[in-house]
Amino acid sequence: MAIGVKVMKRPEKQVSYVRATLKGMVLTFKHMLEKKVTMQYPEQKSTDREHGLGTYSLSPRWRGTHRMLTDEQGRSKCVACGLCPQICPANCIKLVPGEDEEGNRYPLIYEIDEFRCIFCGYCQEVCPEEAIHVGTHFENSEYSRGRFVYDLERLSSQTHAVSTLWDPADPKGE
Amino acid sequence: MTPELKGFLLLSVIKMVIVFTIIMVGVALLTLMERKVSAWMQNRHGPNRVGWAGLLQPAADGVKNILKEETFPAQANRWLFTVAPALSFIPALLLSGVIPFAAPLPVDFDFTLGPLGRFVHHGAMPMVVADLPVGFLFVIAISSLGVYGIALAGWSSNSKYALLGGLRASAQMISYEVAMGMSLIPVLLMSGSVSFSTIVAQQQAGLWYVMPLFLSFFIFTIAGFAETNRLPFDLPEAESELITGYHTEYSAMKFSFFFIAEYANVVTVCAMITTLFFGGWDIPFTDWDRSGGLLPTLATWLVFFLKVLFWVFVVMWIRWTLPRFRYDQLMALGWKVLMPIALAYIMVMCVAIYVVESVLGITSPVPASLALFGLNVGLGILVFGLLDSGVFIRGSGYRQQGRLKERGARTARAAVTG
Repeated sequence: MAIGVKVMKRPEKQVSYVRATLKGMVLTFKHMLEKKVTMQYPEQKSTDREHGLGTYSLSPRWRGTHRMLTDEQGRSKCVACGLCPQICPANCIKLVPGEDEEGNRYPLIYEIDEFRCIFCGYCQEVCPEEAIHVGTHFENSEYSRGRFVYDLERLSSQTHAVSTLWDPADPKGE
Repeated sequence: MTPELKGFLLLSVIKMVIVFTIIMVGVALLTLMERKVSAWMQNRHGPNRVGWAGLLQPAADGVKNILKEETFPAQANRWLFTVAPALSFIPALLLSGVIPFAAPLPVDFDFTLGPLGRFVHHGAMPMVVADLPVGFLFVIAISSLGVYGIALAGWSSNSKYALLGGLRASAQMISYEVAMGMSLIPVLLMSGSVSFSTIVAQQQAGLWYVMPLFLSFFIFTIAGFAETNRLPFDLPEAESELITGYHTEYSAMKFSFFFIAEYANVVTVCAMITTLFFGGWDIPFTDWDRSGGLLPTLATWLVFFLKVLFWVFVVMWIRWTLPRFRYDQLMALGWKVLMPIALAYIMVMCVAIYVVESVLGITSPVPASLALFGLNVGLGILVFGLLDSGVFIRGSGYRQQGRLKERGARTARAAVTG
C-alpha cells in the first residue's frame, strides 16, 4: 500500500504578505500584554496550596521519594512480609525481617536506594499493610551519594503527603 | 595649539566618553531588553533573578563571558580569528560618533589649567562627536566595513558552518547595501545635503521626512534590518541550518564582541531611521527645542532616546514575529523588489520635487512636504497593493504549480517520443 503524502494546498495568487505580517505583529503584541504563565519555582511550588496558578498542581499520579507510615506507638506499620522487595523491578529495596517474642514480624533492616528506584509505585500498590508509600516530595538534593539510601528511620520520619497513585474519584482512570 | 582648538578637543573628548559609555551600557541593556521582549511575547517573564527585575543580568553575562575559556579551532587562522571580532565591533562603534543626539548646547568657558594652558570655547556646541559634512555617506561607507569582520570570522574559523555563514553575510550585506544607498538618494534630493545636522534642521522647518519620503523610509528600514543581520534576515546565523553561522567557533569575550557589534549596529540603524525620517532630536509642534540652553538640550536628548528606543523595540518585535527568509527569497527581495522600487522612486521623486518647486512654485517647506506627502500616499497604496496581491512575491503555490506543469510536460513528451 502506498504511503499517503499530505500535500498542502498553497496559495497561488492573491497571497497577502503585507497583511499577514501585520496580523502576526498584532498577535505578538497582544501576547505581550497577556498574563505570564511561568511558575516562579522557588517561591511558588506545584505542591503549594496557594500558588495562584490553579492548574499547576501535582498530578495525583505523581510518585516521589518514599515514606513509611507508622502506627500510634510510632512503630512502622511494616510487617516484613517481603512483597515489596519481591515486586520491585529495580531491586532497590533491602529488607531483613525479624520477629519479636510475641511472634510479630517487623523489619530489622529496611532500606530503599532512591538512586536505583524507578518510582513505579509497585511497592505501595502491593503493600498489604499500607505501610510503604511513594510521596509527593520532589526536591532531593544531598551532599553525598550515600545519603540517597533511605533507612527505616529516615523513611518513617518523612512528613510529606503520600501519593494516591490515582485520582480517588476516578480509580480506573476513566 | 590655540586655546580654541584645545577647548574644542576637550569638549570632543568629553562627548566621546559620554557617547561611548551610553552605547556600551545601552548595548548591554539591549541584550536584556531583547530577552525580556521575547519572553513577554511568549507569555513568559524573562530573566528576573539577577538584581531587581533582572537588571543586573547583562553584568552577570559579561562576567561569565570574561571568565570563560578562549578556544581556538585547531586549523584556524589564529591572527584573523582574533582580529575578526574587533573588525566587526569597531565600525559599529565608529558610527555612533556622527549622529546628532540632541539640540546644540551653548557652552562658554575660558580657563587656564596649569601646564596645559588656556582652554576657550564660545558659542553652540553641536551635540554630536563629529559633525561630518559627509554625513550619511560616512555611515554607509563604514557600516559596509562590518561585513569584513563577519566574513573573516567565518573564513578564519576553518569550519564549514562558519564559512557558509560568512559567505551568506557578505552576499546579503552587499546586496542590501545597494537598496539602502538608493533609498537615501530621495533624502538627498529633498534636503540638498548629506549632513545629518542639515537634514535634521530641514525636517524641523518642514515635515518629518517619513511623510514626504515614505517609500524611502520603508526601503531603508527593510534594508537596515538586512544590514544588521536581524530576523527575518538572519541567514548568516540561521541556527537551524548553520548552528550559529559565522560565530560558531567563537567562545568567551570574542563571542560577546559579535553580539555587542550586532546590537551597536541595531542602535545605529535605529538612530539613522530616527535622524533621517523622524526628525532626529526634533520635538514636534514646537520651536522651543531650538531656543538653546541646557533644558532644551536635555529634553531633545530624551526625545531622541525615546525615538531610538521605539525603533529598537520594533526591531525586536519583528524578530519575534516573523520567520526567517529562505536564501533565494532573500536575494529576490533585495534585487528584484527593493532595488527596482528604490530606483523608480528616485525617478518619481526627482520629477515630483522639480514639479512642486519649479513648476508649481511651492517653495515654503511645509506645503511642499504636504504635496509630496499626497504623492507618497498614492505611491504607498500602489506599492503595498502590488506587494499584497502577490505580484512581486508569488505564493509558494505558484512555484509548485510551475513544477507540476513542467512535470506534466515532461511526461507528455515522454509519451510522444516513447
